[in-house]
Amino acid sequence: MALFWQNVANGLTVGSLYALVAIGYTMVYGILRLINFAHGDIFMMAMYFAFFAISIFYIPWYIAIILVLVATMLLGMLIEKTAYAPIRNAPRISLLISSIGVSYLLENLATVLFTGVPRQFPSIGSLQNSLVIGGVTIQQLAIYTPVVMLILVALLLTLINKTKTGMAMRAVSKDFETAKLMGVNINRTISSTFAIGSMLAAVGAIMWGQKYPQIQPYIGVMPGLKCFIAAVIGGIGNIKGAVVGGLLLGMLEIMIVYAQPGLSGYKDAFAFVALILVLLIRPTGLFGEKVTDKV
Amino acid sequence: MSLLEVKNLQVHYGGIEALKGISFEVNEGEIVTLIGANGAGKSTTLRSICGLVQKSGGEIVYQGKPITNLATQKTVEQGIVLVPEGRRVFPNLTVLENLKIGAYLRKDDAGIQEDIKHVYGFFPRLEERHWQMAGTLSGGEQQMLAVGRALMARPKLIMMDEPSLGLAPLVVRDIFSIITRINSEGVTVLLIEQNANAALRIAHRGYVLETGNIAMSNTGHALLNDDRVRQAYLGKSEK
Repeated sequence: MALFWQNVANGLTVGSLYALVAIGYTMVYGILRLINFAHGDIFMMAMYFAFFAISIFYIPWYIAIILVLVATMLLGMLIEKTAYAPIRNAPRISLLISSIGVSYLLENLATVLFTGVPRQFPSIGSLQNSLVIGGVTIQQLAIYTPVVMLILVALLLTLINKTKTGMAMRAVSKDFETAKLMGVNINRTISSTFAIGSMLAAVGAIMWGQKYPQIQPYIGVMPGLKCFIAAVIGGIGNIKGAVVGGLLLGMLEIMIVYAQPGLSGYKDAFAFVALILVLLIRPTGLFGEKVTDKV
Repeated sequence: MSLLEVKNLQVHYGGIEALKGISFEVNEGEIVTLIGANGAGKSTTLRSICGLVQKSGGEIVYQGKPITNLATQKTVEQGIVLVPEGRRVFPNLTVLENLKIGAYLRKDDAGIQEDIKHVYGFFPRLEERHWQMAGTLSGGEQQMLAVGRALMARPKLIMMDEPSLGLAPLVVRDIFSIITRINSEGVTVLLIEQNANAALRIAHRGYVLETGNIAMSNTGHALLNDDRVRQAYLGKSEK
C-alpha cells in the first residue's frame, strides 16, 4: 500500500510539473493561435539559467530563483518580439514554422554555448530530502510542487478573470482589431502573455531539475511535447484544461508503470497514445474552447 | 467649427484604389452620413480615420491637428471611437466587461461607473443581462452593446459602420433614435449606412460616395429629396 501512495505522490508531482509548462502552450495558443514549439526549449534554457546561477556563480538559491524567473521571462518576450511579432499577420503556418526554427536555434545554441555534456542540476533548499507521512516515504518536492502549482494557477486565473490586463488578454485572444479600437495595446498584451507563460515554464524547470537532476541541451524536447499533449488533452486555449490535462497525463504515466511494471520501457509512449485517442474521440479536449458565438 | 476634416484622402489595397482622394468635413455637434453602394469605400474611410488602414495620400485633421498617421490607440485617446461593422462585441466577455473594456484608456473609476449607469439608461436590456457572455446576446442586443461600449470611451466623435445591418426593422428604428439621442447629448456622429433613407432622415448633412469618390454632398433633407439619390439609393422611381 505504501508503494501505491508513493506512486500517487509521484504522479501528482510529475502532473503538476506538466501542468505548469502546459499553461504556457495553452496561453500562447489562446492569444496567437500558435503552438509555440520553442516552449520546451525555453524550459531547457531556464534549467541552464538555474544551473549557472547556483552551481557556477554560487548565488544563493532564493535569489537565483528570482533571477532565473526574470531571465526566462525576458527570453520569452525576446523570442516573441524577434520571431513572432514581425509575422503576426502572416498565415498561422508561418508562425508555427518560425517557432520550430526558434526551437532548433535554442537547442543548438545551448549545445554550442554550454556543450552537450550533461550537467548536474543543483539541489534547492531541502526539496530533494525525503519525509515520511504515515509510513509512506516521499520527497518533499511531492508536497511543494502541487501546492506551488495550485497557488500560481489561482493567481493566474485571478489575473485573467479579475484584472484589466486579464480582460485585455481575453479580448485580444478573440479579436485583435476590435481590441485595438478599444485602445488596448496589442503588443504589450501579447508580450505579457509570453512573459507569464515563460515564467511558469521556469518554475516548472526548476522543480523538474529537483526531480530529474540532469541537464543537457535536448532536455526540453520530451517534456515540451508531453506538456503540449497535456494542453491538448485539457482543451488547448483553456488554462484549467491545461492543469487537468497535465495532472491526468502525469498520473497516467506513473500509474500505468506501477500497475504494469513491464511497460516501463514504453513510458514515453503513453502520452502519444493518449494524444491520438483524444484527437480521435474528442478533438477539442476535455474543456475545449467554449463557443458562445450566436450568428 | 469643423471637428474633423478629411482632405484628398487616398487609400490603396494592393493595386486597387479604394479611395481616390475624397474630402469632407464633420462639424462639431453634427450627424454626418456617408452613403453609397457596396464597395464605394465607406468602411475604408472610417477605418482610415481611426488608423486601421495605411493611407497612400491626403490628410486627416482633427480639432485642428493632423492625425493622418496616428496609431489607433492614440486616436481613441483623442476621443474618436468606431463602432465596427458587424458589431464585433467580445463574445467571451460579459456584457459588463464589454462596457468596461470600452473605457480601457480611462482611469477615472467613478466616472466609469457613472457612464455604465448612463449606458444602462439608454439600453435597459444591457443592465438585465450584464452578467451574460456577450456572445449569447441577440443581434440587436449586440448592436446596443457595441454602441454602449463605444460611448464608454466618452467620445467626442463616434463613427458607426452600418449599425442597422442585419437587424429587425423595429430594432433599426431604436438604433436610429438612440443615435439622435447620443447626438443631442453633444457627441458628433459620423454614420455610414446602406439604409440611406433612415440615415439621411436623422443626418444634418450627407455625402454620397461612388467608387472611391465623393459624388454629391448636401444637407440630409436635400439629399433625401434629390432625384438621383432617390433613384440610386432609396429605391424610389420618379413619378
